[in-house]
Amino acid sequence: MNITEKILARGSGKTRVAPGDVVFVSVDKVMLHDVSGPGVIAVFEKLRKQGIKIEKLWDPSKVWVAEDHFVPSADQISAQNIVMLSNFTKQFGIERHFKYGMGQYGICHTLSHEEAMVLPGEVYVGGDSHTNTTGALGAFACGLGHTDVAYVLLNGKIWFRVPETIYFKLNGKLPSHVMAKDYILQIIGDIGTDGAAYKTMQFGGSGVTEMSVEERLTLTNMTTEAGAKSGIIEPDQKIRDYLAARSATKYGEVHSDTDAHFEKIYEYEASELEPTVAKPYSPENIAVARDLSSIALDKAYIGSCTGAKFEDLQAVARILKGRKVKVRTEILPAAISIFRKALDDGLVKIFMDAGVVIGPPTCGACCGAHMGVLAKDEVCISTTNRNFPGRMGHVESKTYLASPLVVAASAVTGKITDPRDLK
Amino acid sequence: MKGSVIKYERDNIDTDVILPGPYLKIHDYNELAKHAMEGLDINFHSKVKEGDFIVAGRNFGCGSSREHAPIALAYSGIKAVLALSFARIFYRNAVDGAFLLPIEIDENAYKEISEGDVLEIETSKNEIKNLTKDTIYKMKPFPELIGKIIAAGGLFNYKP
Repeated sequence: MNITEKILARGSGKTRVAPGDVVFVSVDKVMLHDVSGPGVIAVFEKLRKQGIKIEKLWDPSKVWVAEDHFVPSADQISAQNIVMLSNFTKQFGIERHFKYGMGQYGICHTLSHEEAMVLPGEVYVGGDSHTNTTGALGAFACGLGHTDVAYVLLNGKIWFRVPETIYFKLNGKLPSHVMAKDYILQIIGDIGTDGAAYKTMQFGGSGVTEMSVEERLTLTNMTTEAGAKSGIIEPDQKIRDYLAARSATKYGEVHSDTDAHFEKIYEYEASELEPTVAKPYSPENIAVARDLSSIALDKAYIGSCTGAKFEDLQAVARILKGRKVKVRTEILPAAISIFRKALDDGLVKIFMDAGVVIGPPTCGACCGAHMGVLAKDEVCISTTNRNFPGRMGHVESKTYLASPLVVAASAVTGKITDPRDLK
Repeated sequence: MKGSVIKYERDNIDTDVILPGPYLKIHDYNELAKHAMEGLDINFHSKVKEGDFIVAGRNFGCGSSREHAPIALAYSGIKAVLALSFARIFYRNAVDGAFLLPIEIDENAYKEISEGDVLEIETSKNEIKNLTKDTIYKMKPFPELIGKIIAAGGLFNYKP
């Protein structure tokens, strides 16, 4: 069995599972946020109206909560949702609630690794499609809707169809101008937005071994954009060190058997990858950045679970150091711990000298909700993960998805720019 | 189950157009219905009727995990979406929450069914009758567990 099959076998109490099997799996961790949380509360209310008593959760110690989509509260409804969420965690004794503006806070998927909320070998589900992100730590990580999350909160388990796994092997180390984002955009361009539908995308090869933990997280994060159920990378010493630095040392790693089966294997040569951009209105609509150098921009956005981790900000700072931006540029670190590191390492000064806006962590602009949405016909280049019509604002605005290096270089010139072409 | 068709002849109809991001803060289902399909068809709310079906192409509902998407369609009156294929979270949200039926159809049915056609869906026979065109199409049968959850009326009513 491969790593995903082994985790699901263990979670369902079976010695063996195969793709296509439908199993109820015990969940180790579950996450909800300020959108899926109120959704769960609405499901609970519906169940109560049907006469079902809900007094306690299956295990509040396995539940954690983030506030990230509509914070800082975008309006009164959003503020009310945060109050509801706080009452909910208090009522059910959920202690791991990362409250906005109280110590550590930020985007849920970023907290999942920054705070080691999820560990290798675990079954992790969350009320958000990018829950896949945390699979980079060697967990089965999968996004669900709020009825399913509510079911997990009460029963501790959920059904899954054991997915086929597609293996993506990267040979060689990425060149310095190419990031994990370029690689995953290339993959999505090749297989399409339903190219891994209902399946698992597993990443490996020397190029992934060479990659930092944060870069690996970019790969698994965007498996969602290929329709995947989950993304996963087998844990290695880099993962162990990353978790040990966060005081997490006890967990049961799972690795694929030597005769593990993969539905298909794709191979990529790192040296052949280019700075890559997804054009409107789909992550599969890719082009080489250099072929888009005539595209003029209104805005550059560096934020989200995909593209505002610490190393993403370091990449941006390498470009912006000593330069000024030519278009409106917003940088929102994905968690306040990352903002703090950016401050301590002098990145924030570089950003401010370049003329950009620096904001608190939020999903706001990435999903077109608040804190920097786009006007009609505005053109944005962004480190985020989706560019469907209306994703970041007006339905006729345009978003180009790219790596932090490409977005920063483009912010400097005002047009889509390969970082190698910056003077 | 009988209703008329609203057809969108396109693939990858994503959750951002089915229910745009700014409305994710809303959990009043009837309020969500007012914004269904807003990113793709601003007239959807005024033309949809109780019992209607949506017909669409490949990978319907791709994108986010927002259950608001099937909720907004269901509370607009949509009883089933007939598509060439579905994105996984939309599919399980529709089934587990018992909001609407996600029905997979083949290329032939997709091509033949027109806007306004009246269909009668008989899931027990895996059949879709096009009463307007006097034709019968096969639907892809639901996988075993999905069929049981639908029959039970959603995941919470299903006893494994």
